[in-house]
Amino acid sequence: MSSSSSLSLTLRIWRQRQDEPRGRFLDHHLTGLSPDLSLLEALDRLNQQLLLEGERPVSFDHDCREGICGSCGFLINGQAHGLRSGTTVCQLYLREFSDGQTLTLEPWRARAFPPIQDLVVDRSALDRLLMAGGYVSVNIGSAPEANVLPVGRDLAEQAFEAASCIGCGACVAACPNASASLFVAAKLAHLELLPQGQPEASRRSRRMREQMDAEGFGVCGNQLECSAVCPKEIPSRLISRMNHQAMA
Amino acid sequence: MRLEPRLPTGPVADAWGRRRQELAQIAPANRRRYRVLVVGSGLAGAAAAASLAEQGYRVRVLTYHDSPRRAHSVAAQGGINAARNYQNDGDSVDRLFRDTVRGGDFRARELGCHRLAEISGSIIDQCVALGVPFAREYGGTLSNRSFGGSQVSRTFYARGQTGQQLLYGVVQALLRQVEAGRVELCPQRDVLDLISLDGVARGAICRHRLSGALETHTADAVLLASGGYSNVFHRSTNAVRSNASALWRCHRRGALMANPCFTQIHPTCIPSGDPDQSKLTLMSESLRNDGRVWLPRRAGDHRTPDQVPEVERDYFLERLYPSYGNLVPRDVASRRARELCGAGHGVGPAGRSIYLDFEEAIEREGRGVIQARYGNLFSMYERITGVDPYREPMRIYPAPHYTMGGLWVDYHLMSTIPGLFVLGEANFSEHGANRLGASALMQGLADGLFIAPATVPAWLAEHPHPALPHHHPACRDAVEGVRQRIAGLRAIGGSRLAVDLRRLLGGLLIESCGISRSAAGLRSGLEGVAALRASFDQDLRLPDPETPLDPELERALQLEDYLELAELMLRDALAREESCGAHFREEHQSESGEALRRDAGFSHIAAWEWRSDGAPIRHQEPLHFRAISPTARSYR
Repeated sequence: MSSSSSLSLTLRIWRQRQDEPRGRFLDHHLTGLSPDLSLLEALDRLNQQLLLEGERPVSFDHDCREGICGSCGFLINGQAHGLRSGTTVCQLYLREFSDGQTLTLEPWRARAFPPIQDLVVDRSALDRLLMAGGYVSVNIGSAPEANVLPVGRDLAEQAFEAASCIGCGACVAACPNASASLFVAAKLAHLELLPQGQPEASRRSRRMREQMDAEGFGVCGNQLECSAVCPKEIPSRLISRMNHQAMA
Repeated sequence: MRLEPRLPTGPVADAWGRRRQELAQIAPANRRRYRVLVVGSGLAGAAAAASLAEQGYRVRVLTYHDSPRRAHSVAAQGGINAARNYQNDGDSVDRLFRDTVRGGDFRARELGCHRLAEISGSIIDQCVALGVPFAREYGGTLSNRSFGGSQVSRTFYARGQTGQQLLYGVVQALLRQVEAGRVELCPQRDVLDLISLDGVARGAICRHRLSGALETHTADAVLLASGGYSNVFHRSTNAVRSNASALWRCHRRGALMANPCFTQIHPTCIPSGDPDQSKLTLMSESLRNDGRVWLPRRAGDHRTPDQVPEVERDYFLERLYPSYGNLVPRDVASRRARELCGAGHGVGPAGRSIYLDFEEAIEREGRGVIQARYGNLFSMYERITGVDPYREPMRIYPAPHYTMGGLWVDYHLMSTIPGLFVLGEANFSEHGANRLGASALMQGLADGLFIAPATVPAWLAEHPHPALPHHHPACRDAVEGVRQRIAGLRAIGGSRLAVDLRRLLGGLLIESCGISRSAAGLRSGLEGVAALRASFDQDLRLPDPETPLDPELERALQLEDYLELAELMLRDALAREESCGAHFREEHQSESGEALRRDAGFSHIAAWEWRSDGAPIRHQEPLHFRAISPTARSYR
């Protein structure tokens, strides 16, 4: 947490204004950075610098800065959320990098995620996937007593694991086909594993898979990059599970 | 102005049930004629929107996120309370009610606290039905753990991601209604003003964050569920974009602001290391179930923790509060940490940290058990600090967390602006001067799932309004006001970025109105804020953006509101000449350093009325305790 050393970094950032059809990489230099800063805090610093110089600041999504809201995310040297596994961009600290290093930052690139500006893309397709059945149809106020429906500990843990997806879109960005299979498979597993979600399981599965195609996500080619970059380490076996259930 | 809290008379225990029976209703076929505008998509907002849409009302949700799943409720870690007595330790609605009133240091309404305790059980039922994967026992029943300020295990949890799972539950319910066409979801909207007509809330003005367009949204009732304002301290446990704008603009339109100085400082956060650090990360209070808090006995001891032998360690919470130990309420734990660090016992950078040590728990339970309980928190800590908490104690320090103050609401959650309802952390209700662990999620969901869906329809039934067209002068004037405000900020043309002033404001506020407050400190805080306001008015640099996407404008608008809010917080803290809960006035403490309440003068809710002349008026709503008699809080 305390360190006297300081870093210089070159950030090669994809710059694309909202009204531009194409962007380009621009180099931005930062010096005197504490290794205790996060990468997003370094971007904050860069933006202050750019504003004072009368330049347009870099747009990037962020909010909670503790790895849970799913807002942040871009490619760092070609890797979604950077090289460290199981981590969002906001949880990357400069101590992970070396002095003088160049980092290339570019946005998620997928047909279903239209670019907005710089590192920001439109991920509303993920919400439309959820709208296509990613819920339990129970009206508020009509729930039975909670312990009426026992759920074994192991099953609850598995459902939790699937439910921990934060919808950041890294899985889509890492997939050569820009498939949303891991996102959909995680939601299906979360809800199907629990007895509450079972009555509408097959309808949900069919509709969410159809919506994936409608949104322009690609098909799963089993490269498993999605799972490798997932900040919540959602296992790729959930995709096999989804495919298996769909064929059953 | 007279405050009318609309509290039920008669016995406390079944007051809510009686009131519900009296509330007017609207026939199902007529509900679709009514339009409700919900601001915010967190636990309270998403739950209220989904509930009202299920009932048949036409709902529109404004959220500044790209997806409702991003709302900051997602980051709540530890759990949600409910009086279910699943652990056979004697818990009951009455006990949760008493703990809530007592935990709030008798500065909350009895009737509200009782209603919250009553509803708590139904919240768990509903969330389980929505598919929230709570922790379970092997036999399949729900599991519980204990939290600060309570001696029973009544906290339901989903590892350290309870808020995330609860939020996803209600957001999925919300998206189901979006799909059904009953809710119109409007993301990327920054709410900048309230539309009121003849003093009644009728809509909101917002700026589309991507197009820059100013939009007019009208409705028959407005529900504000925009969260808390502890980002006024600049560095807090809030998400960095959490703001007070919608709330503050409603205040300026006539909604009274209650108890603004009651900000909970959470004792277990990762301390700040660098001046450019943007936030403070919370480590769930549940860690204190197994972690032991200590400092070296000797002041100025700079040895590494493993070099400090057991006898030279001061487990100060266990020493001072034997019956609650490390689980004393947040305000108490925060104060003791600050005092000991002030006396030179602190560790870490600038001596501003204490140890939270898991060595004994790991020895007792095994690393696997501790990992299963807190694994995600441990890895989060390791990522941020670069230190492995399985091997070395965590270093933690208190940080601004949850705001108990907020817009004043009556028993129906309606503000002093008729037709404006305020839910969740944005209102002041239920927590009093302090908040028990795991009670915020409970309140957000109680408001959103069960209270507003009962009281808002009653308002609609009794106050039919003709539709408000967008070309109405009330709408046009409000849009014009926002337009001029933005133009005014751009016209300043100074040299200082908003973030600069914001950092100074935060530092000033934490110093003068943080864990501890004194009259002299608060007065100098007021002078400091006035000076910062002058700098803002004369020297703000807000460059013209090349594109509509303009976070710098958002920051400047927020800062303008924060400056006014900070001033009100300081005034409120200065006026409350007592110590209670999160508000510790140094002039009012016992010989042993405990907070001294002054019930004779301050057993009331302070509700401030905005005045454009800069002299807000303090109103009081007296508090009456019928079921529990106020006693001094003691956790020894």
